[in-house]
Amino acid sequence: MFNEESTSSPGMAIALEMTGVTKSFGAVVALRDGELRLRYHSVHALMGENGAGKSTLVKIIAGLYLPDAGTLSLAGNPVSFKTTADAKAAGVAVVYQEPTMLPHLSVTENIFMGRLPTSRSGNVDRKRMRREARALFDRLGVHIDPDRIADGLSIADQQIIEIAKAISMDARVLIMDEPTAALSPEEVRRLFAITRSLRDEGRAILFISHRFEEVWDLCDTVTVMRDGAYVSTSPLAETTERDVVRQMVGRDVDSLYPRGERTHGNTLLKVHELTSLGVFHDIDFEVRAGEIVGLAGLVGAGRSEVARAIFGVDRYDSGTVELDGTPVRRHDPLHAMGLGLGFVPEDRRHQGLILEFGLSRNAALAVRRMLARLGIITDSRENSLARTWLSRLQVKARALDTPAGTLSGGNQQKIVLAKWLAASPRVLIVDEPTRGIDVGTKAEVHQILADLTHAGMGILMISSDLPEVLGMADRVLVMREGRITAELSHEDADAESVMYAATHSEAVKA
Amino acid sequence: MTEVAFTASATSGTRTYLTHALPLWRRTLLTHEAMIILSVVVVSIIAAASIPRFATPLTLSYLLLDVTPILLCALPVTLILVSGEIDLSVASAVGFSNVVIGWLFAEGVPIQGAILAGVLSGLLVGLVNGFLVAVLQLPSLAVTIGTLALFRGISIGILGTDSITNFPVELKSLANANVPGTGFPLVMFAVLVAIVLFAVMLHFTPFGRSVYATGQGIDTARFSGVRTVRVKFTLFLLSGLLAGLVGAYYTFRYGSARGDNAAGLELAVIAGVVLGGVSIFGGRGRIVGVVAGVLLIGLVQSVLRFMNYSSDVINIAVGGLLVVSVAVPLAFTAITQTVAHARRKTSTPMRAEESQHRKGK
Repeated sequence: MFNEESTSSPGMAIALEMTGVTKSFGAVVALRDGELRLRYHSVHALMGENGAGKSTLVKIIAGLYLPDAGTLSLAGNPVSFKTTADAKAAGVAVVYQEPTMLPHLSVTENIFMGRLPTSRSGNVDRKRMRREARALFDRLGVHIDPDRIADGLSIADQQIIEIAKAISMDARVLIMDEPTAALSPEEVRRLFAITRSLRDEGRAILFISHRFEEVWDLCDTVTVMRDGAYVSTSPLAETTERDVVRQMVGRDVDSLYPRGERTHGNTLLKVHELTSLGVFHDIDFEVRAGEIVGLAGLVGAGRSEVARAIFGVDRYDSGTVELDGTPVRRHDPLHAMGLGLGFVPEDRRHQGLILEFGLSRNAALAVRRMLARLGIITDSRENSLARTWLSRLQVKARALDTPAGTLSGGNQQKIVLAKWLAASPRVLIVDEPTRGIDVGTKAEVHQILADLTHAGMGILMISSDLPEVLGMADRVLVMREGRITAELSHEDADAESVMYAATHSEAVKA
Repeated sequence: MTEVAFTASATSGTRTYLTHALPLWRRTLLTHEAMIILSVVVVSIIAAASIPRFATPLTLSYLLLDVTPILLCALPVTLILVSGEIDLSVASAVGFSNVVIGWLFAEGVPIQGAILAGVLSGLLVGLVNGFLVAVLQLPSLAVTIGTLALFRGISIGILGTDSITNFPVELKSLANANVPGTGFPLVMFAVLVAIVLFAVMLHFTPFGRSVYATGQGIDTARFSGVRTVRVKFTLFLLSGLLAGLVGAYYTFRYGSARGDNAAGLELAVIAGVVLGGVSIFGGRGRIVGVVAGVLLIGLVQSVLRFMNYSSDVINIAVGGLLVVSVAVPLAFTAITQTVAHARRKTSTPMRAEESQHRKGK
């Protein structure tokens, strides 16, 4: 299992080498045996579940953490980064999942922040800055106005700007920490094109992602970590997805997409000509008992907006929503909940959870009224509800009053699921149910959803993760620019047919 | 439907969870509320020991009588702060109620009718605030500063420089009466009932959970079926109602109705609430802390008055306490974060702890 990387890129010099790096926080060991070898001219994948130590390793390379032991060397020279500035000066740049830009400054100013070029008079040389920024964007083949304010830029554009910044500092080692988690397929394609050109220029790139198809598409080597330790490094050509998953999880994950035979019952959710002017139009579909309906499409196609309107968080202009024949009131989530609708929203930190609340308060929030006896709700009733659901969903946590914000993404998502399952809904809408969570938890969430359909629940699943939609859904609805453009059965739906419906005609723009 | 067989849990056994991450003493003693209660005790002991004739039933009686309007206003204001809003207009609502009672009584309306009108006047202030803040979603800081000035202006407009004092003697003595033989005012029974009602409402009802959720994460609250507009509207109505009742109490406690009565009371109310550990940013605080915070304010006022300081000095002290009570928790957080940052601990310990959990399996 611990096969040395030997032949993946023969002749390519080693850009960054890390051996035996450990890092503890108090009594807790976050990284036991950090090992990594990046070569120039290479895109190297780093994979592992949440908590595997990837973030700690990256933060050590970025100069955010000082390692307790071990060695780090760049191009053969031992280095020790005490600050992020040290790392940057040595040619290491990090592009984070959600870049932090100064929102009120221009794109150009963000690129040159901290090292603004000055003219002879001592003023900031704006002309030169703008010229260089434009040159950088031309080189990357993207169209971003260097003079616009950073506020309101898409995450994809912000990442491009971070990459431009890295190039302008001539970073030889570029670390991309889950850059694709919030990107649309088109944006991912653009990012990958840029990444490949950077690789071809000779840079060493570390690419962190939970998505296998992306890793296989982009990378040449993969390092797997588990439980804070190095597991293996192998050329991608010599390994399989199954091997990597086994190494990440430490066991076989039988199937990422449990299906089994499903029997569909009567129609539970019926959406008829739902329209919110300028957002979505004439949305018509049904969800039956025991069925998972996938809602696919590009980010911005209006999928979440439809879900929010159905649940009543947002208003809509016309159309009807019925649950088992009863009309669901407009703009009244409490009414929708009363009829048996649940909604696991897209943004678990801001829409699904109260981060400072303990786990049991969060789990009980949607059922607070049902939990009360004679109008009085007690901690013990909330706690017993939480105990039931947290252990059913295998949430990893120590205590019921632990603030939800301190859990990992996967466990946070399970709390949101617990909160809605506690309400025993008849139809559950899940919006990006596995975004940003590790493979092990992802498989568990899929299993939970499958189990729920066996118990007769109807599920509407919005997901930008195409394999997930194709694997889980009995029917796939595809949205494009606010309209449903295709309805495909499980058998007919494949990546091509879904992507075609999501993007056909001139919808695609770089 | 509830009895779904979960494959995931079947394979990996059951998990157990502690109810609390921290032991009881740390959850109760190392809290803001405990500190304030301790301060009340310490200040009381020092004052009783060092100021001659301070520790008498008469002092207690006056302290509690003076604290009553502050405490009654502080209860709904606590809930408003927890929901993420603020109400600075309470004192003007008290004054408005007071003036309406005096004016109608002077015009010959029976005292019961005048009291009812006074309480409704307070409710009117709450209605205006609630409409502007909850329905129109205007910022409560600006709105309630506006209604503070608005209703004070109306009050002064109604009575001019007049002051009405000929209220029924029985009501005046009732408002000032003690439980016979003690320094414990009768009105405190009503106050105790109000404290219990508000504590139950905030800590033990679905409505209370909605109030916290609204203050902590209004989007999550909405996605969880909390009708946030209704929650906020209700809270401002409650604040107006209590202010209206306090206006009636004020009228008979001091036997006067004047345009400037209760002016500036909001300072003591907000100071007491914030001193009691309620976050001005919403989502945090407990009634027990607020009761202690208001008592501390009352105690400090009482001590200074006993030592013959002028009301200006008392205002300086209360204002200072307000600033300190806002600054101390923020400074504390800043210091702990700086220390944590210095140790480079920031956000990772939890993840690290999780990886240990896995190791343990």
